[in-house]
Amino acid sequence: MAIFVDENTKVIVQGLTGSQGRFHGLRNRDYGTKIVGGVTPGKGGSDVDGIPVFDTVEEAVVATGATASFIAVPPKFASEAILEAAAAGVSFIVCITEFIPARDEAMFYNILRRNFPGTRLLGPNCPGIISPGRCNIGITSGDIALAGGPVGIVSRSGTLTYQALYELSEKGVGQTTCVGIGGDPVPGTNFIDCLAAFEADSETKAVLMIGEIGGSEEEKAADFIKSNMTKPVVSYIAGVTAPPGRKMGHAGAIISGSQGSAQAKMSALKEAGVTVAINPTEAGEMMVELVKSL
Amino acid sequence: MDLFEYQGKRFFSSYGIPTSKGEVVEEVEEAVRVAKEVGFPAVVKAQVQVGGRGKAGGIKLVNSEGEAEVAAQAILGMDIKGHLVKRVWIEHASDIDKEYYVSVTLDRGSKDHLILVSSQGGVEIEEVAASAPEAIKRLHVNPIDGFTEDEARRLVAEAEIDVQARQGVEETLLKLYRAYVDGDADLVEINPLILTTSGKVHALDAKVTLDDNAAFRHPEWEEFRATQELDGRERLAKEKHLNYIGLEGSVGIIANGAGLAMSTLDVVNQVGGSAANFLDLGGGAGADVMAAALEVINTDENVRSVLINVFGGITRCDQVAKGIVDALQRVDIKSPLVVRLDGTNAQEGREILANYRSDKIQVETTMIDAAKRAVELVGEVR
Ligand SMILES: Nc1ncnc2c1ncn2[C@@H]1O[C@H](COP(=O)(O)OP(=O)(O)OP(=O)(O)O)[C@@H](O)[C@H]1O
Ligand SMILES: [Mg+2]
Repeated sequence: MAIFVDENTKVIVQGLTGSQGRFHGLRNRDYGTKIVGGVTPGKGGSDVDGIPVFDTVEEAVVATGATASFIAVPPKFASEAILEAAAAGVSFIVCITEFIPARDEAMFYNILRRNFPGTRLLGPNCPGIISPGRCNIGITSGDIALAGGPVGIVSRSGTLTYQALYELSEKGVGQTTCVGIGGDPVPGTNFIDCLAAFEADSETKAVLMIGEIGGSEEEKAADFIKSNMTKPVVSYIAGVTAPPGRKMGHAGAIISGSQGSAQAKMSALKEAGVTVAINPTEAGEMMVELVKSL
Repeated sequence: MDLFEYQGKRFFSSYGIPTSKGEVVEEVEEAVRVAKEVGFPAVVKAQVQVGGRGKAGGIKLVNSEGEAEVAAQAILGMDIKGHLVKRVWIEHASDIDKEYYVSVTLDRGSKDHLILVSSQGGVEIEEVAASAPEAIKRLHVNPIDGFTEDEARRLVAEAEIDVQARQGVEETLLKLYRAYVDGDADLVEINPLILTTSGKVHALDAKVTLDDNAAFRHPEWEEFRATQELDGRERLAKEKHLNYIGLEGSVGIIANGAGLAMSTLDVVNQVGGSAANFLDLGGGAGADVMAAALEVINTDENVRSVLINVFGGITRCDQVAKGIVDALQRVDIKSPLVVRLDGTNAQEGREILANYRSDKIQVETTMIDAAKRAVELVGEVR
């Protein structure tokens, strides 16, 4: 088992005719992902390397039976694309688009939550999801992942995710699913969603969680781990020495207090029984050791 | 993008929020002229993009031309928390009865908008937040529903805003929320929002951060962009579309991806060094971006060694290595380079570098070893 996707997941690509959509969509298909269609308004009836293109998500879903969508459109159009997919009944949306205005993110996050509770959004501004050997939606290079489990990976940072995948694969430790949740202010899927899914997934035996400074999602994840997880978790938080962001007003300090620093996150995780590494290499090594002992 | 107070006030007045008339100037003589025009008592205010100017001595009340001259002289050129004061804003001093605090910002935790109101505003607001958090009232607003007049009325009453100020504060809050949403701000904050002795509600300060991602909707932001405070290194990096933050250390850092760049800073620090910068190349790592990154780092006087940390995923390591070689033919880098390449085709990449200018480039396999080497080089070069 994998989380959120598997070898049967049928995927459409919104923006398949654009350069990003085409590049990654075809790579994902080459990896073995069932890319069954594309959507670009006005280009319905054409095809991209044999993949049929439709004008609307609804048409694509009706024609192909897709349940997942990979969104690779410019920031201006991302909000509309996400809501169109949800309205067409797509249950899993991966949006890699970077630089979406925060106001738009807050809006579509809340619309999804209120009106489309059955739809999960991964991202935006995320590398996507890969279940090695089964399905790859997004920009992760399939060669650095290793099928067969037993590790689940969830990460806020793109390159650190690849780094983690690679280090585990090199040492012969496979992954069930690797989820890049993205680092934007309002991510559709958070650490807890992924931790809960890994906890429920029989194939996953341990979880590697990669966080970074800012926000309080890692602190919340620590609470969740403490009270809900039986599987071991190894974690790395980037940004211990990161320069403090230039803060203008006082609102940030009033809201978050001492939360948000790498130190605060690391202590919360340790407190919850998580093995905390001080750099990504160490995190990989600790996970390899842990898997040996399972 | 952060706005200066004078820009923030212009932004606020375009949404109908009352502010004081004033002018921004760069010279002492001009400051005296404006102070006379707005009428004494006047206030001379340092324009820097950081809070707590009042406590740092950057805000002075003046009662005469002589005092205005002394104040402007003292404040222009002052350093406030690392920000150099190049301009002062001068406005007429208000007769303050009460100081309140109001702000709207995105709450990343609850993924909605958060409005904060306090009847105990002013320069001590963070102390109030720490010692009497209940004195700051919070209202979460779901963006779908927006912020209603009823909610504004209740929030203002709950915050125990003085009765004679309630209507004015309610109106200001509604306008402030509009400014935040329609203006695509990440933060709008008024501290203090005052009640004057004549019963008027009025914004004395303006802290505004605009969401750069929304710039495509706001051609009018061009005027704000012109005055952005960047140091020379940062300006060059921005021109080259690199994600760069200048720091004080001596190891120049180049990495692909923000997470990996942050992690590189951490590791350099763990082995006893300090980073000269944060630099994220973004997705690709071809010759053009690499050359641009090396150029930016080259302008930094403090750099003694450069650590390039690239993980090859879609951009393969052999392409990255070729990019580095190509970049070195274009840029004459002053400091020795330590390169750590890992990921797809790492071996091929390392071989390309091993065969090229071994006097300048050292190749390491792991992040830790690369960081150690770069930090050692700082000592040797000096
Ligand atoms: N026009 C004015 N008339 C009278 N007093 C003023 C005026 N402008 C500022 N002040 C006083 O100076 C204090 C500090 O000014 P202001 O809030 O503009 O700057 P600040 O110190 O950067 O703010 P913060 O503490 O919110 O970061 C105000 O709380 C107010 O008491
Ligand atoms: Mg203030």
